[in-house]
Amino acid sequence: MKRVAIIGAGSTTYRIKSPDVSYREMIFDAATKAYRDAGVTHKDIQSFVTCAEDLNEGYSIADEYTPDQLGAVLKPMQTVPGDFIQGLATAYMMVTAGLFKIVVVEAHSKFSNLKTPNEIQAFALDPVYNRPLNFNPHFVAGLEMNRYLHDSGNNASQCAAVVVKNRKNALKNPLAAYGADLNLKDVESSEEVSWPLRRHDISGKADGCIVMVIADEDTAKNLSKKPVWIKGIGWCSDTPGLETREWGRAVYAELAAKKAYQMAGINNPAKEIDVIEVDDEYSYKELEHLEALGFCKKGEAGKMVNELPSNISGGSLGMGHLLEASGAARTYEIVTQLRGDAGKRQLKKANAGLAQSWRGVPTTTGAVVILGN
Amino acid sequence: MRKVAIVGAGITKFVRRAQETGKELSFEAARMALDSCGLTLKDVDAVTHGTAPDAFDGVHMKGEYLSDGSGGWRKPYMRNFVGGGTGVFSPIHGFFHVASGLADVCLVVCEEKMSSCHPHPQGAFKTIFDHTLEQPLNPTLIWIFALEMNRYMNRYGLTKKDIALVSVKNKKNALDHPAAQIPEDITVEDVLKSETLAWPVNRLDISPASDGAAAIVLTSEERAKRITDKPVWISGVGWNIDTAYWATKDLYYPRYVEKAARQAYEMAGIKEPHKEIQVAEPYDPFSYKELHHMEGLLLCKKGEAARLTADGVTQRTGNLPTCPSGGALGVGNPIAATGLMKVIEIFLQLRGEAGKRQIPGNPKVGVAQAWGDLMQVGTVVVLRSA
Repeated sequence: MKRVAIIGAGSTTYRIKSPDVSYREMIFDAATKAYRDAGVTHKDIQSFVTCAEDLNEGYSIADEYTPDQLGAVLKPMQTVPGDFIQGLATAYMMVTAGLFKIVVVEAHSKFSNLKTPNEIQAFALDPVYNRPLNFNPHFVAGLEMNRYLHDSGNNASQCAAVVVKNRKNALKNPLAAYGADLNLKDVESSEEVSWPLRRHDISGKADGCIVMVIADEDTAKNLSKKPVWIKGIGWCSDTPGLETREWGRAVYAELAAKKAYQMAGINNPAKEIDVIEVDDEYSYKELEHLEALGFCKKGEAGKMVNELPSNISGGSLGMGHLLEASGAARTYEIVTQLRGDAGKRQLKKANAGLAQSWRGVPTTTGAVVILGN
Repeated sequence: MRKVAIVGAGITKFVRRAQETGKELSFEAARMALDSCGLTLKDVDAVTHGTAPDAFDGVHMKGEYLSDGSGGWRKPYMRNFVGGGTGVFSPIHGFFHVASGLADVCLVVCEEKMSSCHPHPQGAFKTIFDHTLEQPLNPTLIWIFALEMNRYMNRYGLTKKDIALVSVKNKKNALDHPAAQIPEDITVEDVLKSETLAWPVNRLDISPASDGAAAIVLTSEERAKRITDKPVWISGVGWNIDTAYWATKDLYYPRYVEKAARQAYEMAGIKEPHKEIQVAEPYDPFSYKELHHMEGLLLCKKGEAARLTADGVTQRTGNLPTCPSGGALGVGNPIAATGLMKVIEIFLQLRGEAGKRQIPGNPKVGVAQAWGDLMQVGTVVVLRSA
């Protein structure tokens, strides 16, 4: 199979509110940075992918407003209503199939525009069986956290340690919105939202945009001194049904990782991967995902919170939750680390990295990408 | 590039208000498609789902909601979306899966349940417009298409009668389609006498709101040969998006469709589409759109499509059978499912399995097209049977 690389990446900073820019201006900003980073202009780019969901965008057909600010007018462009890593997979397939040499993937969040985000999220529940129960999404997360902790043997205090770690990490990340020096007590005494889930276990919302330029092997070698290769990619959905899903473990992450590892030829992820960015929309998710991805055995992630090189960027807890761009922020950190551009938080050894995403309540959809130098 | 074949297809009946949920409609179509080629979900490596605005079904992240019904359970599953063009884009998204080598068998499902949107799915279109520049004007979809139809008529000196012929043809063709929602034997006068919704658009110039689903199975060459003697190959794919600021462009011609068509034709090695394409399914949500899209697809010269229609060239027995299925105007228009229905029609025509709808002459090359967003997206698939 042909090799495909990320040759350019651009990101805005992530902010709790951004009243001075529209989402289209944010996209323009990130795209300009990514194109410059890759040494291309919009004219060189052959196809575009945006990752967005209508109801988060506030349009019935959000796809309409995707082309102009990316320079994609009268070009092959599509929307993947999914996470950034799914969009990246689509771009990867197009390049691998030989349809294009240079493709751009974009994802953004204008979370601050959502007046009633919980109600919108609840609107994703099955309209016949679940919606009449009037769930708040954090309630579903609380149920899941409880079951996961019960099954795995991890505890809420270890989840709080994830919050402390990620928000502290974010202090070293100039893009992050939620850097803070908290201690366990701060987290464990925060308001109970849906037991055992507390306020600080939930990532805060953020606005931001990330754009990446990907290319086939020849183009990547011509244009880029530091191409970051896509070694493996996988995505998977379990079931959205609350009645039929697996509550105690992240099957979607296990299966997506299996595909990605297979493609990348990775047998022992803990040894072969130097830097890990996993979804941590809720604190317990980081532990659940690390176990699903095979970095430790089930029930061991809680003990290893400060040992694994996980979410050095600060994760969603430290950088802010970016809707469909959350996976993009994870991937962006891996690209930054692998290129050695991570400044104060740069790892000494960063040759292979993994980014993982989850699409949030009520989905059981996630994706995994493995990048290498 | 790996060759990609269509080996199976299924369509539910298109209706105004289905008893089934969107999940169930997806399941039915997916099941029919798999049964038609003797495969089961175990054989499927990946699933891609095409469905248009969430506002129709009234479910946020509709792709997630429909995933298990579509066979995406514990599989690589993704939703693709280019507005009204989604139905013909979905097989293209499926094509990526197989052509790249990531999957050998990819199930492509398209669903739309517009009846959930009360009181009428047109309401969902209120929020497709720019929030600052356009929504305050309170436009509807029919108004902007009235603008476009008027511009098209004006440019070429066409009358409403010239365009009504498309409705007459397609609704009549649909009489032979088992999934059809509003097949009818009507006359040009019936169209002209029907209620004016926004001049020059009359009620019978418009496709209905519908519920329905369609699905196809895509496989690699090697798998296709084991499954069927009559694979139909996806030999060209194209898609294109124009600016969101639709008021800045001349609406008489869909240049984005032309761009998409050129991409697909180049890939398929088609140099003279008007001679080489033997059967076409352009998107016809409005009667004039079929003509507009025939021109965009380079099946005739600009401004010539109405004359070809009047001369009977686009009838099933003509030289360029167009919408032999009955199209959106006759079979119905559950948006994404309609696009895939059109791809399926070409698939059946090329296999010689279209029953009463079969066009003569043993066709080998056909094109299906859909259109979407704010008069902005073109999606094109070229199929070949040999």
